[in-house]
Amino acid sequence: MRASDRRRAEGPEAPSTGGVNRPRPTRQLLEALPWLAAVGAYFAFPEYLPLLSGIAIAALFALSLDLIVGYAGVVTLGHAAFFGLGAYTAGLLAQQGWGEPISGLLAAGAAAALLGLLTAPLVLRAGELAGLMVTLGLSLMLYEAANKAAFVTGGADGLQGVEVWPLLGAFRFDLFGRTAYLYSLAVLFLLFVLARLLVASPFGLSLRGIRGNARRAAALGVPVKARLSAAYAIAAGYAGIAGALLAQTTQFVSLDALSFQRSAEGLLMLVLGGLGSLHGALLGAAAFTVAHHALSEASPQFWQFWLGIALVALALAGRGGIMGLLRRLGRGRG
Amino acid sequence: MSALSTHGLTRRFGGFVAVDGVDFTLAEGARHALIGPNGAGKTTFVNLLSGALPASGGTLSLFGEDITALPQHQRVRRGLARTFQVNQLFPELTPLEAVTMALAEREGAGATWWRPLRGMGPLREEAVQLLDTLRFDAADRGRLTSGLPYGRQRLLEIALALALRPRVLLLDEPAAGVPPAESREVMQAIAALPADVAVLLIEHDMDLVFRFAQRITVLAQGAVLAEGTPEEIARDPRVREAYLGEPAHG
Ligand SMILES: Nc1ncnc2c1ncn2[C@@H]1O[C@H](COP(=O)(O)OP(=O)(O)OP(=O)(O)O)[C@@H](O)[C@H]1O
Ligand SMILES: [Mg+2]
Repeated sequence: MRASDRRRAEGPEAPSTGGVNRPRPTRQLLEALPWLAAVGAYFAFPEYLPLLSGIAIAALFALSLDLIVGYAGVVTLGHAAFFGLGAYTAGLLAQQGWGEPISGLLAAGAAAALLGLLTAPLVLRAGELAGLMVTLGLSLMLYEAANKAAFVTGGADGLQGVEVWPLLGAFRFDLFGRTAYLYSLAVLFLLFVLARLLVASPFGLSLRGIRGNARRAAALGVPVKARLSAAYAIAAGYAGIAGALLAQTTQFVSLDALSFQRSAEGLLMLVLGGLGSLHGALLGAAAFTVAHHALSEASPQFWQFWLGIALVALALAGRGGIMGLLRRLGRGRG
Repeated sequence: MSALSTHGLTRRFGGFVAVDGVDFTLAEGARHALIGPNGAGKTTFVNLLSGALPASGGTLSLFGEDITALPQHQRVRRGLARTFQVNQLFPELTPLEAVTMALAEREGAGATWWRPLRGMGPLREEAVQLLDTLRFDAADRGRLTSGLPYGRQRLLEIALALALRPRVLLLDEPAAGVPPAESREVMQAIAALPADVAVLLIEHDMDLVFRFAQRITVLAQGAVLAEGTPEEIARDPRVREAYLGEPAHG
C-alpha cells in the first residue's frame, strides 16, 4: 500500500506526484537532506571517497531501474547490459585517446539509450515473464560477447589503459578520489532533478497509468508501446551514464559491469529503498552499499546472509522499503 | 455519413466464432442500444470496434475512414471512446489523476516530459469540472481509486471516456451492478451527453434500453438477429424467442 500511504499523507487535493505534504520549508529541508549529507560526507570521510563514489554510481543505477521498474512497471533482470555498455563505451573512448569525461559520459548514455530503444520492442513484445527472459538473455549475450571480444574489451582481465582527462580541463582525477566523488555526485544530482521532472510530468503520469492498467491506458489513447519504449530508452541511458561514471572514476572496466549480479543488486537496492520513489532509490543504494562494505569486512563470506535477513525484515515490516518506513514514522509524529 | 459502420466483422477464438460477420451502422448522433443474451458477443463486438482486439475478418470505418488496421490509440484520437463492462481503472491513481491523464492524452500532451502537471492548470481545472458534474467531491477526487465505493468507480469508468470528448461513445453495461440510486446518476450522465455524440449502449435492463434508445440491434450467437426501432424490436417474435425467452408463437 505504498501509494495509498503517500496519498493519505497528502490530503485530498494535494498535487498528484507524491511526496509528503508538509509545510513548505520543512519539506524542502527534507528534500535537501540527502544532498547535504552527501556533500558533508566529502568532508567528514575523506578516506572513504571511493566508497562514496560507489554509492553515487549505485544510486544512479538504482534510479534508472526505478524509472523503468518502479514507475513504468516493466520488470528487468538484465539492466546491467546498459550499465556495461556505457562503461565500455566511455572506457574505450578514453583508452583510444578521447579522455574528455563529459562528452564520454554523453556518448555512453546515448549508446545505452540507443540499445534500449532497439531492444525495447523485444522486451515489450511478449508477456511479463517472457519479457523478463528477454532482458536476461540480452544481458547474458552481451556479457559473453564482451568476454569473447577480448582484443577490444580486454576480456576477463578487464579494460586497461583508460586515461581520463581532467574534468572541465581543470580538475584532475586524483588518487584520493576527490574529483571522482564530486563529479559522480554532480551527475547524480542533475539526473535526479531530471528524473523528478519526468515523473511529475504528463509523461510520468501516463507511465504510472500503464503500470496500473495498460488496457485502460490504451483505451484512453495512450500509445502504450511507444511510451514504454521511450521510458525504457531513458532508463537505459541513465544506466549507461552510471556505467560510464564507474569507468571514468576507476579508470578501469571489468566484465562485472555487465554481470547478472549487477542487475540483481540494482533491484535489491530498489526494493530496499522503496520501489517507485526516487528518494527510495538513493537511500536503498546508500544502505546497500554501506551494508555490503561493513558486513563483508566483518565476515566476507557471510554478508549475503545478513542481506537476506535485512530484506526479509523489511518485507515483513511493511512494503515500500526504507521510504515506506520513513513515511510511516513521519506520519506517526505529524 | 454514418459515425461507425462494420462490414462482415468477425472474431474467432480458436474454432469458436464469437462475432460472426456483423454488418452494423451507427448513425451520427445516434442513441443506439445493443442487446442480446449472455455470451452473445456484445463485449467482443465492442472490443473489435475499439481496437482492443484485432478482427479475424471484415472491415470497419469511422466517419467514412477505414480504421480496420488502426491501433486502439489512433481510433481514440479520431474520437472513438468506450467504457468497460468490468471496471478497468487505475487502482493506484486518484480519479483526478486518471481523468487528467485522459485529458492530457486528448490534448496531445501525453508525452510531454518537460513540464510538471502542476503547472498545467487548465487540464486540472477541466478534470475537476468534469468530476464535479458527476458529483465527485474534493475528497472523492483525491482518494485512491481502489478505495472508492463501487458506484463511484462505475461513474469514473464513464468520466474517463467523457474526458476524451468522444464523437462516438461505446458504453458496455455502464450500470451493471450499480445500486439503483447511483444507477440513476449513471443514466443521467448518459442522458446529458451532447446530442451530436453517437452513443452505443449495451444494457440488459430493458426499461433502461427502451427509455434510452431510438434504435436497437439484437445480437445472438455472434450474429445480428434483428434491428429496428424499439417498437419493432418489442414486437419481433424472433427477438422474444431468442432474447426474452418466450416462444415465437406466444
Ligand atoms: N478472449 C476470449 N477467448 C475465448 N473466448 C472468448 C473470449 N472472449 C469472449 N469469449 C467468448 O465469446 C463469447 C461472447 O462473449 P462476450 O463477452 O462478447 O459476450 P457478451 O454478449 O458481452 O455477454 P454478457 O452479456 O455476459 O456480457 C462467449 O462465449 C465468451 O466465452
Ligand atoms: Mg459483455
